[in-house]
Amino acid sequence: MIKLEPRGQHSKLMAWLSPVLAGVLTLVSGAILFGLLGQDPLVALHTLLVKPISDTYGLAELCVKAAPILLCAIGLAVVYRAKVWNIGAEGQLLMGGLVGSACALALIDIEAAWVLPAVLLAGMAGGLLWAALAAWLKTAFNANEILTTIMLNYIALNLLIWSVHGPLKDPDGYNFPESAMFSDSAILPTLIDGTRIHLGMVFALFAVVVVWVLLSRSFLGFQIKVLGLDASAARLAGFREKRLVWISLLISGALAGLAGVGEVAGPIGQLVPSISPGYGYAAIIVAFLGRLHPVGILLATLLMALIYMGGEMAQIDLGLPVALTGLFQGMLLFYLLACDVLINFRIRIPALSAGKAVPATAPVNQETAL
Amino acid sequence: MADTQAVPPAPPRLTLRGITKVYPGCVANDGIDLTIAPAEIHALLGENGAGKSTLMKVIYGLVKPDRGELLWDGLPIEVRDPAHARKLGIGMVFQHFSLFDTLTITENIALALGDDAGDLPTLAARISEVSKKYGMELNPEREVHTLSVGERQRVEIVRCLVQPIKLLILDEPTSVLTPQEVETLFVTLRQLAAEGCSILFISHKLNEVRALCHRATILRAGRVSGACIPAEEDASSLARMMVGDDTPISTDYPKVLGEEPFLQVRGLSRISEDPFGVDLQQVSFDVNAGEIVGIAGVAGNGQEELLAALSGEDQIENHDAIHFPSGPVGHLCPRQRRSEGLAFVPEERLGRGAVPDMSLRENALLTGFLTGLVRRGMVSHGKVRAFAEQIIERYKVKTPDSEAHAASLSGGNLQKFIIGREIMQGPKLLIAAHPTWGVDIGAATAIHKALIELRDQGAAILVVSEDIDELFQISDRIGAICHGRLSPLKPTPQTSINEVGRWMAGDFPQADAAA
Repeated sequence: MIKLEPRGQHSKLMAWLSPVLAGVLTLVSGAILFGLLGQDPLVALHTLLVKPISDTYGLAELCVKAAPILLCAIGLAVVYRAKVWNIGAEGQLLMGGLVGSACALALIDIEAAWVLPAVLLAGMAGGLLWAALAAWLKTAFNANEILTTIMLNYIALNLLIWSVHGPLKDPDGYNFPESAMFSDSAILPTLIDGTRIHLGMVFALFAVVVVWVLLSRSFLGFQIKVLGLDASAARLAGFREKRLVWISLLISGALAGLAGVGEVAGPIGQLVPSISPGYGYAAIIVAFLGRLHPVGILLATLLMALIYMGGEMAQIDLGLPVALTGLFQGMLLFYLLACDVLINFRIRIPALSAGKAVPATAPVNQETAL
Repeated sequence: MADTQAVPPAPPRLTLRGITKVYPGCVANDGIDLTIAPAEIHALLGENGAGKSTLMKVIYGLVKPDRGELLWDGLPIEVRDPAHARKLGIGMVFQHFSLFDTLTITENIALALGDDAGDLPTLAARISEVSKKYGMELNPEREVHTLSVGERQRVEIVRCLVQPIKLLILDEPTSVLTPQEVETLFVTLRQLAAEGCSILFISHKLNEVRALCHRATILRAGRVSGACIPAEEDASSLARMMVGDDTPISTDYPKVLGEEPFLQVRGLSRISEDPFGVDLQQVSFDVNAGEIVGIAGVAGNGQEELLAALSGEDQIENHDAIHFPSGPVGHLCPRQRRSEGLAFVPEERLGRGAVPDMSLRENALLTGFLTGLVRRGMVSHGKVRAFAEQIIERYKVKTPDSEAHAASLSGGNLQKFIIGREIMQGPKLLIAAHPTWGVDIGAATAIHKALIELRDQGAAILVVSEDIDELFQISDRIGAICHGRLSPLKPTPQTSINEVGRWMAGDFPQADAAA
C-alpha cells in the first residue's frame, strides 16, 4: 500500500515540478492512447506536438491561437489570486467579440485611425460588463460566482448566436449567420506578412507585463493576494473586500473581452457564431498550470495553443477526431490536480520502509531524513 | 525511577517508560518516564509545544507511541483506544469540550458512555448523586446550551465519574474558570484523590500546581526536564525548570495612571449576528494615554464582539459610542481607524494577525502600509524589507530571514513579530487580544516589556485576556466582562484577584459605570 504523509510545509520544488510532471504523464497517457487506437505513438505525438510548429507559418499560427488564451488566462490569474473563481472567461470573451463587432459594424463606413481603438475598447467594455454582472451578484447578493459566471457563459453564447442570426447579420450575406466583413480600419494589422499573426499577441504580452507588475509590485495586487490567502486578515487590515472583488473581476473581464474582440477584428474579420473553440475554458487550465504566475502562464499558454493546433493536425494527417484536443486538455488538468497533492504530501510506501523501522533507532533515522 | 516508587507499597497506578512519539518534523515525546501513584495528584507541567498533549493522548489511547511501554497497576498494557481506556478506569477532560448544545446533560453523558450508559432515568439519578457528592451540583435535565463554561466543564468531569475511575486526566482545566470556580474545582479534585483516584493535572499555571499537586513532572521540548514536589518549590524555580536557564522570566512592573482619555466607549450596545454570540450591553469605559487597561473574563462573554467593534471590523450604528480625540469613530473602517492612531493585535495570530502563506516582509506590509511603505500605489520593497528586518531585530524574532513564511514561525516568535509590527507604527492606541496566549514564557516576558515600554511612551493600551495573572501583572486599571456587560474599572492596586473573579462571574453593579 502507498501512504500519503504530510510534509509539514509546502515544497517549493514540487510546486514547480508538478506542472512538468503533469505534462510528462499526459504525454505518456497520450502515447498509450494512440497505441490503443492503432497509431504509432511516436508518430502521433510528433504530429500532435512538433509538426504544427515546424515552420514559420506554424509558429505564427501558434501565436494567433495563443493570444486569446493568454489574455484570458492572465486576467484569470488576477481573480484567482483573490480566490474569486471566475469560470466565465468564455462568456466574457464572447461578449467582447459581440460588442466589439457591433461597434465595428456601426462604424463600417468610417475610415479613420480611431475606429480600431474604439472597436477594441468596445470589446473590452463588453467583457467588463459581463464580469460586472457576476461581481454585482456576488457583492450584493452573495451569489456564488462559479455558478453565475458559468450561467452567464451560456447567456453570452446565445446572445451572440441570436445577434448573428438577427440584428448583426450581413444583409448581403445570403442569409448565412455571419456579419458583414469589417472595414479595414477596424481590423488589427498583421505583424508579419504572409502570416495571420496580429497585434493581439502584442496586447497579450503587454498584459502579461502589466499583470506581473500589478501582482508583484503594486499595493492593489498585494491586497488582492491577501484577500485570496486570508480574507479575515484582509478585513482586519481594513482592505475593502467588495471593492477588491469588483476590481479583480473587472480586470479579468476586460482582458477576456479584449481576447474576444481580438478574434473578430483579427484572424476572423467578422462576427461568426463560433468565435472561440473554448479559449475561455482552456484559459482556466492554463492559469493553474502556470501557477497563476505571469511567466508560468505564458509558457502554459504556448503549450495549450500547441495542443489546439496539434488536435487539428492529427485530424488532418491521422484522421483522428478533433475531440483529441479536449482530451489532452482534460488529462493535463487531471494530472496537474493529482500532482499538486505532492506539494503538501510526500509518498511513503510502508512495505519498503517497514524493514528499516524495526530497529530502535528508527525515529532518529526519520528525524535526520527530514 | 526506583526512588520515586518507594513511598506507596502498592504498585504505581500508571508507569510510563521511555515513551517516544515522532511526528513528521518534530519529536513530540522523547523517552518520557512518568509514575503516578494511587491517590496522587500529579502535575504535568510544560510550555505549549513541550509535549504534554501528546503524552496524555498516548495514555488515553488516542495516539500510539513509536516506542516505550505503559504499565497499568504494575502490568504492561497497550491502550487500544479511548473506549479501552475508559474500561480500564481512565477518564479524560479535554480543554475543548465535546458536548452537544441542544441535548440535555444526561443525553450528552449517555452518548459519551455508549453501551455502558444503561437507561436514562437511572443515569440521570446517578449524575445527580455523583455531582452532589463532589460539590458540583448539576440538574441532569438541563440542556447544555443553557450552561456556563464552568458548568460545562462539570459535565465533562461528571461524565468521567459516573463510571468507576482510577485515573482522571485534566487538560488545562482552569483556563476557562473564574478564580472562585478554580477553588471549587480544587476541592472536588482533592476529595477525589482522597478516595484513591489518581489525577494527572496538566497545566502551565505554576501557582495552581503548587496549591494542588503532590508531585510534578516537568516537560521541556519533548523530554522530562525535571521532577519535584511543587509545594517545596516557588513559582520561579518551577518556571526555570519549564523554560531553562537562559530565558528571562517576567517581573513586576510599576503601575501608573493616565489622565488624558484616548479611547472613550459610551453605552456601546450591539446585537450579535451569531445566534450563539453574545450581545454587548451598554459597555462604557475609557482608556487613557499612558496606561494599560486590562479586561478579564471567561472566554465567550462578549470579548470577540467588543474587539470587533473596537477594531472596526464591525461598524457601529451609534457612531459616537466609540470616540477618539479626533471625534466619533464608530462608523469608520479599520483602515481609517488606523490612520487615527489605532493599532490592533488580534487573538488569532495565523489567519488574522498574519497571513500564514506570506513572508514576514509581506506580513509587515499587511498593516504597516500607512507608514510610507506604499507610494503612488506601488509597494517600495526596499522599505518593506527594512521595516520587517527592523521588527525582527528589535523584537528578537527568531527566524532565518524576513522571507520566511509566517506559518513557519513558532507561536511566540510570530506574536513578537505582530506586536512589534504594531508598536513600530507608533500607535496612540494599541488594542491587544490575548497577547500571550499559547506563547512561551520567554516570549511572553518580551511582549509584556514591549507593552510597558509603549505605555511609558504615552500610548493608551487595552489588553483583553483570559489570563488573570497576566492582567494583574501588566494592567494599570482592570475590569472584567461577563455576558456582554463590563464591570467598573478599578486601579489594579486597589482591587484583588478575588474581586475581579467575582466580576468575571457577573457580580458587579449594573451598567451605571458610565461616569
